[in-house]
Amino acid sequence: MSVPALEVRNLSFGYPDGTPVLHAVDFHVHPGERVALLGPNGAGKTTLVLHLNAIFQPSAGSVTVAGLPATDENVHEIRRRTGLVFQDPDDQLFMPTVRQDVAFGPANFGVTGPELDDRVRDALQAVGMLDVADRPPHHLSLGQRRRVAVATVLAMQPEILVLDEPSSNLDPASRHELAHILEALDITMFMVTHDLPYALELCERSLVMNNGRIVADGPTSVILGDRELMRANRLELPYGFDPSLVQPH
Amino acid sequence: MHIPDGFINGATSLGAGVVAAGGLGAALRQGNRALQDRQVPLAGLVAAFVFALQMLNFPVAAGTSGHLLGGALAAVLLGPWMGVVVVSVVVIVQALLFADGGISALGLNMLNISLLTALIGWGAFRLSMAVLPKRNASVVGASFGAAWLSVLASSLGFVAEYALGGTGQAPIGTVLGAMTGVHSLIGIGEGLITGAIVAAVLGVRPDLVYGAKKYELAASRRLMPGRAAVGGFVTLGLMVAVGLVVFVAPLANSNPDGLERVAADQGFIGTAEDSVSGDSPLADYGVAGVKSDRTGTVVAGLIGVLVVFAAGTGILLAARRKRTRPAPRPGP
Amino acid sequence: MLLYVLAVVATPREAFWAFGVHAVLVGGAVAVARIPAGFLLRRLLVLIPFVLFAVFLPFFGGGARTDVLGLSVSVEGLWGAWTILAKATLGVTASIVMAATTEVPDILLGLDRLRAPRLITAIAGFMVRYLDVVLGEMHRMRIAMLSRGYDPRWIWQGRALATSAGALFIRSYERGERVYQAMVARGYEGQMPVLSSVPTRSGSWVRALAIPSIAWAVAVAAMLAA
Repeated sequence: MSVPALEVRNLSFGYPDGTPVLHAVDFHVHPGERVALLGPNGAGKTTLVLHLNAIFQPSAGSVTVAGLPATDENVHEIRRRTGLVFQDPDDQLFMPTVRQDVAFGPANFGVTGPELDDRVRDALQAVGMLDVADRPPHHLSLGQRRRVAVATVLAMQPEILVLDEPSSNLDPASRHELAHILEALDITMFMVTHDLPYALELCERSLVMNNGRIVADGPTSVILGDRELMRANRLELPYGFDPSLVQPH
Repeated sequence: MHIPDGFINGATSLGAGVVAAGGLGAALRQGNRALQDRQVPLAGLVAAFVFALQMLNFPVAAGTSGHLLGGALAAVLLGPWMGVVVVSVVVIVQALLFADGGISALGLNMLNISLLTALIGWGAFRLSMAVLPKRNASVVGASFGAAWLSVLASSLGFVAEYALGGTGQAPIGTVLGAMTGVHSLIGIGEGLITGAIVAAVLGVRPDLVYGAKKYELAASRRLMPGRAAVGGFVTLGLMVAVGLVVFVAPLANSNPDGLERVAADQGFIGTAEDSVSGDSPLADYGVAGVKSDRTGTVVAGLIGVLVVFAAGTGILLAARRKRTRPAPRPGP
Repeated sequence: MLLYVLAVVATPREAFWAFGVHAVLVGGAVAVARIPAGFLLRRLLVLIPFVLFAVFLPFFGGGARTDVLGLSVSVEGLWGAWTILAKATLGVTASIVMAATTEVPDILLGLDRLRAPRLITAIAGFMVRYLDVVLGEMHRMRIAMLSRGYDPRWIWQGRALATSAGALFIRSYERGERVYQAMVARGYEGQMPVLSSVPTRSGSWVRALAIPSIAWAVAVAAMLAA
């Protein structure tokens, strides 16, 4: 059996003031899988995601990325292995030019010179943003910034790509472009999203989270077809969308 | 309004540059204990915030407008060292990227706008807090006073630099009187804005106000200081400004060798000799009927300051009255 | 550019011819950069308070006096006025040329090359990057206020303005924290990494030093002649 790309075991977490947030979260992701994390607001999805690259440390349980436990000694390497794309690209594109932003990640891991230039070029090419490499990020549209944000993480050659609401606020055309790009990437993916059609389009498997607990884990089409489950967890299908009519890839 | 090139001579500019660089370096190192690496992006963001604020002009008198300096605000919100660093970066960027302020005058501008404001503002804030009751309202009031003083300090810094190496020798007393008067008024604006912003932040995220962290503040809903406190600050400021005009202006108004003459005089007021510029149209700064030009400057300066403070206090009182008027009751 | 400005400042004020040369140099730079005259003049407006000061100087200055156009003015004041006008205008023009022609990232890169302290350039970089964002938020807040009928003109009406300024600070601060998280998530460990691999070509250095060299030569000549 291959090493899971991501293994979360019995993870619990509470804020310093005692508020419990995550309860015994347990799941794993195999290499090459694409998994969506669904759930209502406040379920703890973003908090869970911040554990995956060791920004938060659990009160109990563990996180392991491609076999490496996310403990204090391994923090640096963990952050390379888990490529986290935040919801607001402005938080993530903080350098004066796109090129410098994409170079920031690998440069922190000792990549320099021509190899760094290659990584930057390849990452930008993968998201189709090579022609804006020398522009400042605030001159780009939201869709473009999202794609560049993905590139900044790809340049580190992570084991798993974790995305927090990648399609939010995108106009339909940009949303489609991004889906196309994510589809073409050959990488393990973990996506937090409210966008149920997006989850169905890109992820064959889904987890449902509510009140800090995983309440469902299965094929996306099955989950979206389960009316009771959806209602119990405040998940609503968009108007006119019938998952049973969508052909799986 | 930052000093351009050529206004102050090279020696003074260089000296100021050395002091400013030293101050900034010290702030960076000092802050390094508190300024963990997490605060690098934070400093950049707050610098953007200060820059944005500085773009707001407010009218202070017919025709003139002032804008926020922000040094005292940065000091109260982030601590003195971060405050110095943040505003210094704003000044540097303004000089380099926005052609605001001469490059050769960068040291002077940094000294006036970031070092003097943040450090003196912080000092004044701590002094005030030491004597005030430990309440949220005191923090706001202290911020107001600190900001006002910081603007004054900044203008005095300019006067001192001009005295040391300004081109074209305008009489220092005149410069001092003019700068003190105008900046006392601008300082009120800065004080009000600073106090209000600190109050706003205290109301939502008190943990972000560095200045408040040192004190065990009683949780209180009352964020604005009472009339007595504001009155106290205004009076204090008035006294400081008056003292400056009365005691320092005559000293500065003479040529270097004239300093000995002043010292030899019985007192500061009254002398038989008119200074050389007695004939010049100093109508703005002189008072008719006063024999000595020196006295005239002092008296004129005093009157100017008093007028400014009357205006400022009047504005403040009007503001209070507007706010304490009961809100209209909603209809049934 | 700093060198050019220093040369201008160092020039003794009596040497009118020297200033003429300086003006030609900067005028040449303006022409090469193809900066429109209107743009330049508008940016020069920032000098106005100091111009006023310079204009008044001859009237208020101390020292020996002469008569110009029937008005008694001070010699020192006249010299002071001339100096300020000349040096300040040249300085600002040079700044404008640099600001208008150089992209911000390149200016920051240049600072880095000149060994400015890393911390300062890093903070300046963030500041410039997020200035648009902060201004955008400020703009949106202002529109929201105006839409609710609030349009303060005098300083005592600024209560809500201050509250939104406070909110802006908090948002900027919190964004600063999130940016830090994003940096850490990409492996940041306290030191800004070396990003660029392109060294400055010697040709660039020669071109950069051309104008300042001429300006310095002029200044030194003027000083020696005085």
